[in-house]
Amino acid sequence: MVGPVQATPRNAKGGGSTRRGTLTDRRGSGIPGILWIPAVLALCFLLLPLLALVLRAPWATLPHQLFTPVIGSALVLSLVSALCATALCLVLGIPLAWVLARSQGWAAAPRRVLRALVLVPLVLPPVVGGVALLLLLGRNGVIGRYLDEWFGLTIPFTTPAVVIAEAFVAMPFLVLAVEGALRGADRRFEDVAATLGASRWYIFRRVTLPLVVPGVAAGAVLCFARALGEFGATITFAGSFPGVTQTMPISAYLAMQTNPDGAIVISLVLLVVSVLVLVSLRDKWISGVAA
Amino acid sequence: MKTSRLALVPAIAIIALGLVACSTSYSGGGPLKIAVSSPPPTKKAEVLSGTLVVDAAASLTETFQKLGDEFHAKNPGVTVTFNFGGSSGLAAQIVSGAPVDVFASASPATMKTVTDAAATSADPVIFVKNRLEIAVPADNPGHITGLKDFTDPAKKIALCAPEVPCGAAAVTVFKNAGLTAAPDTLEQDVKAALTKVQLGEVDAALVYRTDVKAAGDKVKGIPFPESSTAINDYLIAPLKASSNQKLAAAFVAWILSSNGQKVLSAAGFDLP
Repeated sequence: MVGPVQATPRNAKGGGSTRRGTLTDRRGSGIPGILWIPAVLALCFLLLPLLALVLRAPWATLPHQLFTPVIGSALVLSLVSALCATALCLVLGIPLAWVLARSQGWAAAPRRVLRALVLVPLVLPPVVGGVALLLLLGRNGVIGRYLDEWFGLTIPFTTPAVVIAEAFVAMPFLVLAVEGALRGADRRFEDVAATLGASRWYIFRRVTLPLVVPGVAAGAVLCFARALGEFGATITFAGSFPGVTQTMPISAYLAMQTNPDGAIVISLVLLVVSVLVLVSLRDKWISGVAA
Repeated sequence: MKTSRLALVPAIAIIALGLVACSTSYSGGGPLKIAVSSPPPTKKAEVLSGTLVVDAAASLTETFQKLGDEFHAKNPGVTVTFNFGGSSGLAAQIVSGAPVDVFASASPATMKTVTDAAATSADPVIFVKNRLEIAVPADNPGHITGLKDFTDPAKKIALCAPEVPCGAAAVTVFKNAGLTAAPDTLEQDVKAALTKVQLGEVDAALVYRTDVKAAGDKVKGIPFPESSTAINDYLIAPLKASSNQKLAAAFVAWILSSNGQKVLSAAGFDLP
């Protein structure tokens, strides 16, 4: 959790500020020697556990373990639910980020409270988030009770519950990134558009949003990665059933109980998928920042 | 890992109440009596001190908390820290080198993982047995009457995942009953399954009889005859990783003592 949390504000700032990028490039050689030691240590700290995973992987039986229906269905479920969660976060998170970014005119107190509340899922233990979701949307939950009574709809133990749990945990990543980008965006473009007679909705769609696309992309990637790795809120709120709610992290956890090799294989697949996602989108979002 | 500090509060009360009782309970030749070469004549044979880490099956949470508090009250120099969880996960941690003194597992299979890795310092001993019971919310919204209701897809059912002992026991029970269960979720340990019942999110779950008892009024237990076909043996053993073998052995003896067995039996365990 620590990595993405620290990365977010940096990405968020980078998303809007073009000057920052060129300055860093110019001064790239001026890294004080003493910083190298902790920097290399930090890199080892982040990479060595993953290296151990790769080294200890049962390569001989890997293909055999990989192509089991359990892993296949868990992988598909994980990808689909993480994509849906990211879509949900985009639809709801961008407007929220916009409200947060444009709340400078408000009194300080409500603005701070609002920001803090939005970020709560970021620091909340995911299991607590899962319990909270159960108490809200569960069969006896504050809202869930009426969904059940009126529509016969129960959310827990279904794939939508997985999406909801993942979106709950991942949305702050997107909101942070997009809000940072919006704050950094040059508002004079909007002013010009307004003087030319564009409506607020038109300005938002055709001026503001295109300006912050890199920030949105960065946020969406972090959001997707967080959703893909989600465990605590999912297993608490959505439960665990193969093909319905048992995502990759949950099947890795359960496999660890009896079949550590299987757990390593699942972890490896998750690792590869995560790296692929980050690498494939990296160029896009960095060039986006520089543009 | 949440016990040690919390345990102090009740422990102080127990010490205050138990000062007189202590002298009598020790004179009974209990298992805690550790031989010391030169004790002052006025002092009892009591030199246990240090920190004890006990990994125990989730179904032992309440009883071991209680017995741990009592152990601490009798040995104020000892801090007992518990790590409760699914036995299989705990066994995996121990085999990977977790610094644990005592392991209490909910199944022979999970204990075998540990003995196979030669991680125990003495042979595991069966200290209790447990059987499954149907747990339903107090008002039984699903009108559950027996094991056959678990085959109804319309009812919300939680079972333990087959990878953990309570799930393995459930598989055996359904197999012996000739039924195919239709669960909605396979929980990672027995307490997670019970929580879903307590919150009313499922109509029924198969958990241990002791868990039903520990849950109090919120959960109603329905015994079923097939449960006798899958009785779980609970085993306990001190571990090689322990830096204080004397203390680890003393705790195991404490669980096997008549008092330990009394507490466990009161919680719904069958005695071996």
